[in-house]
Amino acid sequence: MGLSDESRWLLLEYMAYQPVFENEVMTDGNPIIQVEALDKFYGSFQALDNINMTVHSGERVVICGPSGSGKSTLIRCFNALEHHSAGKLVVDGIEVHEGSKQIRKLRQEVGMVFQQFNLFPHLTVLENLTIGPMRVRKVPRQEAEANAHRYLERVHIPEQADKYPSQLSGGQQQRVAIARSLCMETRLMLFDEPTSALDPEMINEVLDVMVSLADTGMTMVCVTHEMGFARKVADTMIFMDGGQIIETAPPEKFFTQPESERCKAFLEQILEH
Amino acid sequence: MSHPHTPDYVIPKPPLASRILASTPVSIIIYLLVIGFIVYTAYDGSRAMGYNWQWYRMPQYLWTITDEGFQWGEIALGLVKTLQLSLLAFSLALGLGLLVALLRLSGLLVGSAVALVFLEIVRNTPLLVLLYLFYYVMGPIFDLDRYAASILCLGVYHAALISEILRAAINSVGLGQWEGASSIGMSKAQAYRYIVLPQSVRFMLPPMTGEMVNMVKSSAIVSVIAVAELTTMGRNIISDSYMSFEVWFTIAAVYLVVTLTLSFGVSLVERHYSLK
Repeated sequence: MGLSDESRWLLLEYMAYQPVFENEVMTDGNPIIQVEALDKFYGSFQALDNINMTVHSGERVVICGPSGSGKSTLIRCFNALEHHSAGKLVVDGIEVHEGSKQIRKLRQEVGMVFQQFNLFPHLTVLENLTIGPMRVRKVPRQEAEANAHRYLERVHIPEQADKYPSQLSGGQQQRVAIARSLCMETRLMLFDEPTSALDPEMINEVLDVMVSLADTGMTMVCVTHEMGFARKVADTMIFMDGGQIIETAPPEKFFTQPESERCKAFLEQILEH
Repeated sequence: MSHPHTPDYVIPKPPLASRILASTPVSIIIYLLVIGFIVYTAYDGSRAMGYNWQWYRMPQYLWTITDEGFQWGEIALGLVKTLQLSLLAFSLALGLGLLVALLRLSGLLVGSAVALVFLEIVRNTPLLVLLYLFYYVMGPIFDLDRYAASILCLGVYHAALISEILRAAINSVGLGQWEGASSIGMSKAQAYRYIVLPQSVRFMLPPMTGEMVNMVKSSAIVSVIAVAELTTMGRNIISDSYMSFEVWFTIAAVYLVVTLTLSFGVSLVERHYSLK
C-alpha cells in the first residue's frame, strides 16, 4: 500500500486516539448505483461473483480488499470500462450493458480517477481540464476555462494551469485528474486506488482534496487502502475477497467488530505488523 | 565543507593510441582519404577506358540564360515533376494508409480481413510488377494516363507500408489514454482525434521520414513507363549527349539533395512534437 513501517505505526496510533464518530450520512435516499447478481468472467476465471449492492445519492462508499479481489474490476464496471457478464447494473438511471448506446451519456455523468492518473501528456493542465467540456459537452471555451480555473483552485494548484502534466509531481497530477473529472460536473465520482501510485509524502495532499470533495456532498465510490481516509469520510465500508462482497458495514462497526474472519485478517494485516 | 576523503586517486585515461584515433581531426583525415580513394579510382578507371569528361556541357540541362531570358533546363523540370508526383502519391498513401490502419485496429472481423488482404497483396508484389499492373491492366480499363497510373501505383504501394507505421504508432499510445478519454465521455472518433493521434505523431515521425525519402527514390521507377520525371529526363539527355557518367552523377546528386533536405526538415518538426 506504499506506506513505510513508520507511517503505518503513525496511522495506527492516530486511529487509536481518534474517537469513532458517526459520519453524517448526507444521502437523499435515491439509489444512484444498483447492482444485482453481477458476475464477471475473464475466460474461465471468475473475477466477480454474485455482487449485490446499492449506492445512494450522496453516499460515500469505500471498497477495500486484498489485491485480485475484484474491487477494481467492480468499480470499472460502473462506468463500463469493463463489461459484466451477467446480472443487472443500473447507474444514474441508465442500464449498463455491453453495446449500450447510452454508455457515452453515462460516462459524462460519472467521473473516474485512475491509479495512474491517465492525464493527457500532450496537453497543458488547462487543456486537460477543458477538452472534455468543450468537445463532449460543447461548452464555449471561455466558460470551460473559467470553470477549469475554479476547479484548479479547489484542488489547490491554480498556478499550474499552463504547465504540462510531466512537469508536475505525482500528487499534483492526481489532483489535476480529480479536477478534470470535476470539470465534467458529474454527480458521481469513482476512485480506483487514487493514491497507490504516489510517493508517501504526496498521499495526504490528494486525500485532503478527496475529503473536501466528500464534504460537498458528492457521491463517491473509492477503492483504497487508506483506512484513515475511509474512517473519516465513509458512510459504508465494503470488504471484497475472491470476487465476492464479504462484508458491508458502517465504518465504526467495520473497524471495531468485523464479522468475517477474512475481513479481520485483512484489517490486521494492513493496520498492524 | 571539505570532503573528508580528499582523493589522491586519478581516473586513468584511455591509452594514447585510442585517444588519437578517436579525435576529430584524425576522423576527418580518414574520411577524406576514403572519399579521395573512391574518386581517384573512378577517375583513373574512366581515363583508362578513354572516357571523355564534358562537365562543361552539364549546366545547360539545369538552366540556361539566353537572349530570351532565364529558362529552366530538363533536369530542373524533371525534378519538379518528381516532387509533384511524390507529393501527390504521398498524400494518397497517407490517407489510404490511415484508413487501412484504422480498419485493422477497428476490431471488426471484416475490417481487419480486408485490410490484411490488401496489405499482403501489395507487400508481396514487386513494385515494378505493380506499376505494370496499374499501367497496362488498370490503365486501359479505367482510362488512366501514365501520370495517374504512376501516382496510384506509388500511393497504393506506400499506403501498405505507411499503414503499418501508423498502426504501430497508434498502438504505442498507452491503454490508459483511451480510458482517460472514455472516462470524460469521448467517443472513439474523438479519442482518436484529440488524444491518441496527436500523441502517436511522436512515434511515427522517424519511420515516416524514411517513407518520404523512399517515396522520392522509388518514384524513379515510373521512368519505365516514360513519365517525364527526373530519371526519365536523365535517360533522355544521355540519348542526346552520350554523357552517361556526368548525367547519372548529377541525377544522383539531385536526389541526394532532395532527400537530405526532407530529412532535415522533418527533424525540425520532430523537435516540435517531442515530449514536453
